[in-house]
Amino acid sequence: MKRCLFLTVLLSVIFTILFVFMAGTQSIAASPIKIGALFSISGPAAFLGEPERNTAQMVVDEINKAGGIKGRMLELVVIDTQGDPAKAVQGANKLIKDDKVAAIIGPSTTGDSMAVIPVVEKAEIPLISCAAGSKITEPVKKWVFKTAQNDALAVAKIYEYLNKQKISKIAILTVSDGFGSSGREQLVAHAKEFGMDIISNETYGPKDTDMTAQLTKIRAGGAQAIICWGTNPGPAVIARNVKQLGIKLPLFMSHGVSSRKFIELAGDAAEGIILPSGRVIVANQMPNSDPQKKALLSYVNGYKTIYKIEGDHFGGHAWDAMMLLKGAIEKVGDTPSAIRDQLEKTTKFSGIGGTFSYAAQDHAGLTKDAFVLVEVKNQNWKLVK
Amino acid sequence: MDNPSQLVQYILTGLSNGAIYALIGFGFAIIHNATGILNFAQGEFVMLGGMFTIFILSFLNLPLVPAIVLAIVLSTLVGILFERLAIRPLKNVKPLSLVIITIGASIFIRGAAMLIWGKDTHALPAFSGNNPLYVYGATIMPQHLWIFGITLLIIIANKLFFSYSILGKAMRACAYNAHAASLVGIDVKIMVLLSFVVSAAIGSMAGIIIAPLTMTSYDVGIMLGIKGFCAVIIGGMSSGLGTVLGGLLLGLLESLGAGYISASYKDAIAFIILLLILFIRPEGLFKQKETQRV
Amino acid sequence: MIKEKRQILIFALFALIILLVPLFLKGSYFLNVLVFIGINTLLAVALNLLLGYAGQISLGHAAFFGLGAYVSGILTTRFPVDPWLALLIAAMCAAALAFVIGFPILKLKGHYLAMATLGFGIIMYIFFNETVDWTGGPSGLSGIPNLRLGPLIFDNDRNNYYLIWMITLGVMLLSINLSQSRIGRALRAINDSEVAARVMGVNAHILKVQIFTVSAFISAIAGSLYAYTMTFISPTSFGFNFSVELLTMVIIGGLGSIYGSFLGAAILTMLPEFLRVFRDFDIVIYGLMLILITMFMPTGLIGGLETLFKIIIGKIKGSTARNA
Repeated sequence: MKRCLFLTVLLSVIFTILFVFMAGTQSIAASPIKIGALFSISGPAAFLGEPERNTAQMVVDEINKAGGIKGRMLELVVIDTQGDPAKAVQGANKLIKDDKVAAIIGPSTTGDSMAVIPVVEKAEIPLISCAAGSKITEPVKKWVFKTAQNDALAVAKIYEYLNKQKISKIAILTVSDGFGSSGREQLVAHAKEFGMDIISNETYGPKDTDMTAQLTKIRAGGAQAIICWGTNPGPAVIARNVKQLGIKLPLFMSHGVSSRKFIELAGDAAEGIILPSGRVIVANQMPNSDPQKKALLSYVNGYKTIYKIEGDHFGGHAWDAMMLLKGAIEKVGDTPSAIRDQLEKTTKFSGIGGTFSYAAQDHAGLTKDAFVLVEVKNQNWKLVK
Repeated sequence: MDNPSQLVQYILTGLSNGAIYALIGFGFAIIHNATGILNFAQGEFVMLGGMFTIFILSFLNLPLVPAIVLAIVLSTLVGILFERLAIRPLKNVKPLSLVIITIGASIFIRGAAMLIWGKDTHALPAFSGNNPLYVYGATIMPQHLWIFGITLLIIIANKLFFSYSILGKAMRACAYNAHAASLVGIDVKIMVLLSFVVSAAIGSMAGIIIAPLTMTSYDVGIMLGIKGFCAVIIGGMSSGLGTVLGGLLLGLLESLGAGYISASYKDAIAFIILLLILFIRPEGLFKQKETQRV
Repeated sequence: MIKEKRQILIFALFALIILLVPLFLKGSYFLNVLVFIGINTLLAVALNLLLGYAGQISLGHAAFFGLGAYVSGILTTRFPVDPWLALLIAAMCAAALAFVIGFPILKLKGHYLAMATLGFGIIMYIFFNETVDWTGGPSGLSGIPNLRLGPLIFDNDRNNYYLIWMITLGVMLLSINLSQSRIGRALRAINDSEVAARVMGVNAHILKVQIFTVSAFISAIAGSLYAYTMTFISPTSFGFNFSVELLTMVIIGGLGSIYGSFLGAAILTMLPEFLRVFRDFDIVIYGLMLILITMFMPTGLIGGLETLFKIIIGKIKGSTARNA
């Protein structure tokens, strides 16, 4: 008797709370322009989401301090996807239906991006993804753009360099997560085109702490160079393992480690490693004629003042996304469809990741010039000419 | 490069990783044998050891040895707090609830570490340099020798402690039958606390000596904890040789699996063999069969 | 008899509220949250059958969820299989797998069972992650179709809500019935003392394997529904973390309580919403909640609130008695 009464009371209490909760969140957007942000601030891809969130917040604060866009303030609504597609979809729904945002930047990972694409396509809200996977914008989706360079561009940059060095037998060692598997796909797909012969094709787990087994196998395979595709700390362990095993082959990394953290972790073992990277880590070394230099310096210095560490490649994706949005909203206001049309018309925007030129058939907007090759010399990044 | 030295390298890699797993496994065994609790937060002690050391080195600028000692003391304090706050207040709980409490504690400790130290990975300098040593054409790092040495030291210390000291014997008595132990005048509560102290100390020690090789961050505890757990299960929950053999077997399976079968599936191979072991000999590979009390 | 009538009444009330909710939620994103709560409730109920009824822990239940999602996803994207048929095949696959591994796994007790199920979960995760040609690997599988029923396409929150909650309510009803049945009593006997149950003539092992199979079957249905709702799946959703999250839902709600599973699923699904104020603190609060609830509410929130309710009723009765 009591139990039944209890359950009835409990159920009604739960539903009352649910309704109050809903009613509370269904407030109508006030005068600031709301921009949604979906970043994986915690979880395995936090190394992407955290700098992106910091950067986006920094840009919004800067814009607001300067008086907003045509007098209207920006409001950034950040949601942590935790790298979980289901949370990303929930978050996108909240941003669209509850916060009524004008546009969304992010998500940080390709998986999260693929998961929210159907949501934004149906709701007709522009999305600027900060993830690298080429399938995000291939085939072109009407409402989806991206700022992170396609992995294929980084692969092309390395392969071109190898061609110049007359190296054609390569070993690849990729991490078995979204970043590594996309890199592996592109490395394999473009090998033929550049005359590359992949002799060893190995992977390692994102939490692995020793890769000597894979490297020993690679050494026995007889490749002339090793290309490793991963994000910290795996590549640093690999760099150290290569040194431990006394492997003398040239070692290439991906843009996944283009931050000072990698040099710090790999220590001496980092010397001589070459990788493709956005220009952000060598901003000072760029010639003054480089169209991106102004944006790069402003971003790097701004980030360092606020967050005390150097801004990286990944934060740059969010910077580009925010600036592209700002440009569009300044021109055409904050209706989602107008923003989308204006984004598609944006050309020659020089940001952190490269010079973007979107078109109806190209929502990625970059060429392989978005990457430069850098080498670690004396514990610092050096532009490879 | 010829095949024999390749094999030697796989074996060396396997053994050195295996020693790490064994070291982590000890922590599980000690708490389990004194209390019957399977501490899922054991991996977090490993993380704490490494993170505390790095934190002390960079913020307090202490030399390495005092930093290590202090880090072990601090991790042990966390172990004591955990026992006092979350384990001791419980009365008559099911093993299931204990599993869940320790999982909760592991999430909590990991989260707190993330808030305090951030999400970055850190590296600790190697204790005795980075020049590899050559063994039959294969190489290991000097740090691996530290790992082997400390593992050996801990086995010996454990053996001495549990077989010859009064405290050690009392702890074993508690594990066998806590009620009977209390009847002969053993303070069971102290023994449980002690097991957490020893286990946290060993766990953090493990975390410190592996940090120069594997690097460390707030979330290294999960995977290392699971591997240590495997080692101790294969070893039949022993706090001695069984777990060492279990750890070494796991390490060898992984590196030989990665070398000769597939690196992508090396963890799967290790876990499939673990399941087979459990199915065939649920009491572990290296343990005499016991009858279970009901 | 009277007790059963009450049970039915409560369930009817619950179902009625669930079915009426969308009328008040036109165009709200909250409907979307409720869709996910529905899927998670289904999973929590499935795990609760094993954990709460039979007392057998599983640290790898996300694997069955993932298996359901991937079998449905692969069959519908790479083969011309009807989504409904795929859903059925997926559930059968998971059940078959559970049946086969259930025999050796459920012989294990306590920690060994925890380890074995954890290992099973990790093995399955590795297969989702590495069989790239089939599953798409870490970058996921996209382009999964929505379910259809005649002219009805389940491609929006409202339709999905009704679809998922009809199934979830059905499973809840079956589970409530199960707990009142002979099987439910036998399971509870195993939970209390397996040896005693065996002595009383319950074939404990077979029964445990059966409930494990049923649990896997339901989890795989939840996985298929998830795949059709999201139209995209990737391995990260089916790892060890999610297994722990499922376990948390069941524990927080209350072991053996079907409404508790709903409560646990609802709380954990909405937790990010509530914790947004705390930003990065959510993982700490999550861990703390798990510890505190296990420590102070061994019967979960449902049980804890019930005790509280009884105390309050007692107080009120006491005071009215005194006043009179």
